Amino acid sequence: MRQAAPVKTLKIDGRDLSGRQEETILDVARQNGIFIPRLCEMDGLSDVGACRLCLVEIKGQNKLLPACVTVVEEGMEVTTDSERLQGYRRMILELLFTERNHVCSVCVSNGHCEMQMLAQRLGITHVHFPYRYPKEEVDASHDRFVIDHNRCILCTRCVRVCDEIEGAHTWDIMGRGIDAKVITDLNEPWGSSETCTSCGKCIHVCPTGALFEKGRSVAEMLKRRQFLPYLTMMREENE
Amino acid sequence: MKQGSSIVIDPVTRIEGHSKITLHLNEDGRVEEARFHVTQFRGFEKLCEGRPFYEMPSLMARICGICPVSHLIASAKACDSLLAVKIPPTADKLRRIFGLAQVTQSHALSLFHLSSPDLLLGMDADPATSNIFGVAQKNPELALDGIRLRQFGQRIIERLGGKRIHPAWIVPGGVSEPLTEANRDAILSALPDALAIAERTLEWFKSTMERFREEISVFGNFPTLFMGIVKKDNGLTFYDGKIRIVDASGHVVADDLDPTKYSDYIGEKVEPWSYLKSSYYKPNGFPDGIYRVGPLARLNVADRCGTPRADQELAEFHELQRTAVLSSFHYHHARLIEILYCIERLEQLLNDPEILSKHVRAVARPNELEGVGAAEAPRGTLFHHYKIDEQGLIRWVNLIIATGQNNLAMNRSVLQVAKHYVHGNRLTPGMLNRVEAVIRCYDPCLSCSTHALGQMQLQIQLLSPTGEVLDEVSRS
Repeated sequence: MRQAAPVKTLKIDGRDLSGRQEETILDVARQNGIFIPRLCEMDGLSDVGACRLCLVEIKGQNKLLPACVTVVEEGMEVTTDSERLQGYRRMILELLFTERNHVCSVCVSNGHCEMQMLAQRLGITHVHFPYRYPKEEVDASHDRFVIDHNRCILCTRCVRVCDEIEGAHTWDIMGRGIDAKVITDLNEPWGSSETCTSCGKCIHVCPTGALFEKGRSVAEMLKRRQFLPYLTMMREENE
Repeated sequence: MKQGSSIVIDPVTRIEGHSKITLHLNEDGRVEEARFHVTQFRGFEKLCEGRPFYEMPSLMARICGICPVSHLIASAKACDSLLAVKIPPTADKLRRIFGLAQVTQSHALSLFHLSSPDLLLGMDADPATSNIFGVAQKNPELALDGIRLRQFGQRIIERLGGKRIHPAWIVPGGVSEPLTEANRDAILSALPDALAIAERTLEWFKSTMERFREEISVFGNFPTLFMGIVKKDNGLTFYDGKIRIVDASGHVVADDLDPTKYSDYIGEKVEPWSYLKSSYYKPNGFPDGIYRVGPLARLNVADRCGTPRADQELAEFHELQRTAVLSSFHYHHARLIEILYCIERLEQLLNDPEILSKHVRAVARPNELEGVGAAEAPRGTLFHHYKIDEQGLIRWVNLIIATGQNNLAMNRSVLQVAKHYVHGNRLTPGMLNRVEAVIRCYDPCLSCSTHALGQMQLQIQLLSPTGEVLDEVSRS
C-alpha cells in the first residue's frame, strides 16, 4: 500500500483547506480557486519570489511572506487579500510601470499583457510616482525574435525557462539593482548567441511585450503558455 | 468680456490645436502682415527612432484622434515598401474602405461640428451660442445629420478595426483581420441614410452660399498651386496614385509625379515664429511655390470622381470658376462633394465579390531600408518616410502633413481677411470670428501638423510698426 503524503491543514481567507507538505500557499490557493496576483511565478518553472506581488499575511507574523515560495504549515492562517496587501501590490505595480517605458497603447502585447491585466484587476488608474524614462535598447538582431528592454520587468521567467526546460541557459541577468538587465550569453546581441536554439519558449512565458516574435504589430502578440506544465511533466516521466 | 487689453471669449474655439495670430500694422494703421503661429511641439519623428517598424502604423496613429486612420494608412504604405510587398487585393480594398470612412467622419466633424455654426448662425453670432449646440437649437435636423454622418463613418471604422479611435487593424503588409459578411451587410444597410444626409446637406450648403458672397471673395481667394493624388485616369482617390499639380488657371503644371520622390518637388521651410513648417513647390521657390492641398485642391486637380452623383456635383463645382476654384471658402463645398463620393465609393467597394476574401495580409521580412507612404488624408496629402537599419529598427522619420502644406495659404488667407475686416487699432469679435472661420476652411489639424500635443486656443495680437501690442484677443 502506498504511503499517503503528509498533509497539512490550514486556513486561507477563512476557508479550511489542506495541502501536501511540500506545496506552497500559492499552490493550495490556486487549487481552490483563490486568486493571488503574481508576475514572476509560472506553473512549470521553479519559483524565485522576485516580483513580491504574491505577498500574503500570516496570522502571528508581522512579516509578509511571498505565497509562491512559502510552504504550507499545519494550522497556518493566511490572508490573501486585505487593504494593506492591496496597497502594497498597487505600489509594486506602479513602481514597475515607472521603472522602464511601458506604453500599453502601442505595445505588441496590448490586451494580452499580464502586467496590464493585473493593473486593471487591482484598479490602478494612475501612477503616483514619477516615471524614470530610462533610455533602453531594443535588440532585434535575432532572426525571429525581439527583446525590448523598455518593457522588461526582470521577472526572470525567460532565464528560468531557457535553463530549466530548454536546457540552453542563453538568458541570464547582468548587473544589480536598477542596473539589472536580462542578457543573452555574455551580453552579446541575441542574433549572435551561440547557445540560443531559437525554440521561442522565452517569448511565450514573458508576461509583458518585452519578448516577442518579429513582425508582430501592436496588440498582435498572443502568448501560449499551456505547454509548460505538460513539457515539465513529460520530462519528469522520461527521467 | 474685456479684461485690460485682452478679451476673453468662452467657450473655446473650434479649431484643432494651439495657435496664435499676430497682425502687423503699417504706419497708416493698415494691416501689413499676418502670421499664423502654431505654438505647440511634439516631436513624433524623434520619439519613434529605435522602435521596430512594425509598430509604426499604430505609433503614428497616436498623432491624432480625429484622423488616426489616415496616419495608419500612410504609415502602413511606407512599411509595405520597407517589406517590398504588394499587398493582397482585398487588403488594398479594405484599407480604401477604412480610409473612405475616415474621410467621411472627419469631413462631417469639420463641416457640422466646427464650421456649421458660422454657416448657419452667421459670422457675427455670439460666440457663446456659436457652436454645435447653437446649431442644434436653430436647426436640429442639421445638427442631428452631422452627428449621424460622423457616427456612420466611425461605426465603419469600428466594425473593421475593432474600435473607433486608434484601431490597430492596419498592419504592414495589409490588414490583420478580414471583413465578415455580417459587418459588410451592416455597413451596406447604413449607406442609404448616409447618402441622404450628404445630399440634403449639400443642397442646404449651396442654398446658403449666396449669403457669404463677401466672405467668398476674401476668404483665401488668391491664386496658388493645388496639389493632390489622382488615379491613373486622373480621377479622385484617397488611397493611391500619382501626384498632380495644377495652377490657379487650372492648367496642369506637373503630372505623374511619384509620391515617393516628394522631396524632389516639395520643400519645407522653418520659420522662427512657428513650430509648423511651411511646404512649397520647389521649382517655384519659396514663397512663390505656395500650394494648397485638401478637398479644394483635390477637386481642382481631379478630372472626375468616378461615381455618378459626385461627378454631377463636381461638374457643378468646376463651374463656380472658369479657372481653378480659388476661394478657400469653397473647401466646405468640396468637402461635401467628397463625402458624397466616399459614400458612393463605399458601396462599390463593399459590393466587390473579393471583399470577403480571407487573404488580407502579405508576410515578409524587411527588404528595403527606406520606404515612403503617401495617401490623401481628409485635410490633404500625407507623406510618411522611414529609414530602418538591418534589424528593422527605425533610424529616421520624416512626416509631411497636410496642414503644413497649407501653412503658407493659411497665413495669406488670414492676411487677406484681416486686411478686409480690420481697420484702426481695435479688434472686434466679428473680425475674430472671420479670422477663425477662414482658418476653419482648411480644417487644420495643428496637433497633426506639428505632430504636437495641445489644447484648443486661439490668440490674436495686433502689433504697431514698432512691435507694440495694440490689442489682443484670446480664447482659451
